Amino acid sequence: MPLLEVQNITHRFGGLVALDKVGFLVAQGQIKSIIGPNGAGKTTLLNVISGLLPSGAGRITFKEKRINGLKPHQIARAGMSRTFQNPSLFLQMSVLENVMVGRHCRTRSGFSSCCLRLPGQIREEKRIREAAMEQIRYVGLEGLAEVEAGALGFGERRMVELARALATEPSLLLLDEPASGLNSRETEDLGEHIRRIAEKGITVLLVEHDMSLVMTVSDDILVLDNGARLAEGAPSVIQNNEEVIRVYLGSGFEHVASSRKP
Amino acid sequence: MKRLIPVIAFAALAVAAQVVSFAVGKEFCLTQLTMAVYYAIVVMGLCLLMGFAGQVSLGHGAFFAIGGYTSAVLTTSDFSRFEDSAWIAALKRAHVLYLKADLYGGEVLAATPWAAFLAAMAMTFFIACLIGYPALRLKGHYLAMATLGFGLIVYKMVLGSSITGSADGITGVPEWKLFFGLTVSGKSALRVQNYYIACAVALLLLVLLMNLVQSRVGRALQAIHDRETAAGAIGINTARYKLSAFVLSALIAAAAGVFLTHYNGGIGPSEASTLKSVRYVALAAAGGMGNPWGAALVSTIINFLSLRGWFGSYDNAVFGAALIVIISLAPQGPLKPLGLLIRRIIGGIRAPKRGGHATP
Repeated sequence: MPLLEVQNITHRFGGLVALDKVGFLVAQGQIKSIIGPNGAGKTTLLNVISGLLPSGAGRITFKEKRINGLKPHQIARAGMSRTFQNPSLFLQMSVLENVMVGRHCRTRSGFSSCCLRLPGQIREEKRIREAAMEQIRYVGLEGLAEVEAGALGFGERRMVELARALATEPSLLLLDEPASGLNSRETEDLGEHIRRIAEKGITVLLVEHDMSLVMTVSDDILVLDNGARLAEGAPSVIQNNEEVIRVYLGSGFEHVASSRKP
Repeated sequence: MKRLIPVIAFAALAVAAQVVSFAVGKEFCLTQLTMAVYYAIVVMGLCLLMGFAGQVSLGHGAFFAIGGYTSAVLTTSDFSRFEDSAWIAALKRAHVLYLKADLYGGEVLAATPWAAFLAAMAMTFFIACLIGYPALRLKGHYLAMATLGFGLIVYKMVLGSSITGSADGITGVPEWKLFFGLTVSGKSALRVQNYYIACAVALLLLVLLMNLVQSRVGRALQAIHDRETAAGAIGINTARYKLSAFVLSALIAAAAGVFLTHYNGGIGPSEASTLKSVRYVALAAAGGMGNPWGAALVSTIINFLSLRGWFGSYDNAVFGAALIVIISLAPQGPLKPLGLLIRRIIGGIRAPKRGGHATP
């Protein structure tokens, strides 16, 4: 059984068909990428999967359970976590607190036990702090734990967002253009992170424009164009698919990918 | 230990205010100070809603009034004409209803203050859920609009219906025996005791609120305030948390209403007016929305001066001016800059000492 099964998803913004009967599978443990020109519907697709946009008539199955119609927080609790195109941290909070929020869906202290600081709540708070610190160390930001998120640079924000997403203990991690705005060294680090995350057994669904990153980390690639599926397959297959080259990659992709590096 | 510093500071401030009022022979000021503290409790609840959950309520005056009026109606009505029914007998046995002497020496059957308090809380809970549930499922400031309309309705209702005494309001609300001989009452003999009851309730609430905001729930509320979409995607049930924060802050306002109604021995329709609600919002903003301590302090001081009549007919203008001055000079409320100043002064005292150590 695939971890995520997307069937027949159509989404319209007014008269514009952003997604047209899109369907694909993500197998357990895979790194799967979604690529395509701007406006192809990649982010819309992620938003539909994570419950931020309604899924309409189609069907989304995650861990053998139907998840369309569920609220974003229910989907997150089911084990799907995501990052955003623009890192969307809670800027008034410290890095540590941001990542601690990621533990929210795995913890349970409510209003009354928090007000009264009951022993169970104090213990849980300690565990939340430790688990969050572990994720912060994992992305290599332990020195910035107490810094306010608003004071961080762009690349650091991405990493904090990644740590926050990992803190929810996801089975599936959705990354929306994680390399945009990063320099080439940071992008390489990111690729390394993505591989390590996959080695931990977390399935990754990646939307990305950086082809050198996509081609090196992905097991499987879905190409979207104008909201519809154009091609699907392993990186080597996609790189040689004439349709994909025509609408997106351009000819001589190898050349393009290598010239990106300084 | 660090958590205790503001608690001790506020307790010391409360005692100092009482001592000074006696020292200068103006102990009658404690009455207005007690009232101001109860109003400050409403503002603290609003602080939770505005500063942490990021929602604005323009109906907290109405919730205060719902608390006060429910309590006042139940403790002053005479239920004796229903006395034959089994319900009334059961309620009497459960000490929900009791016989008391009315103003003219006759006997009336009324609700006990504790029962009335619980009824007021239940009533507020129900109404707050009813208003908050639809308004808070939407993003944006729908709650402000919904509560504004709600406040206007409540004001017209208490003004127009005979149960709530129309424009006169309700008087003759009995004192409320809490426990250990503590009594919420406006008698001048109990003035000092009541001042400390109000301060204790406020301080207890502040401690509970501070515990709340520095916890999983507090972080969730702040996350919703900062970025609601991301908060939902990370696993926070945004609609439920916003609703809980709203209901909790409405209950706090209503509880303050119950206390003040017993203290004053009555309540009038002006408590439900929209202007009151707007004042609470202004005070919460002026105190530094995310800072319940600042809100408590600022609102106690300004309300006290207002109740003492310092501002005369410029009362509302002074509220507006104070808000503008504080927001423009210290948007985080007056306490943060004050704290920084104190820290700098302490640092200034310590620094020469350290220099002294360095020289051989």
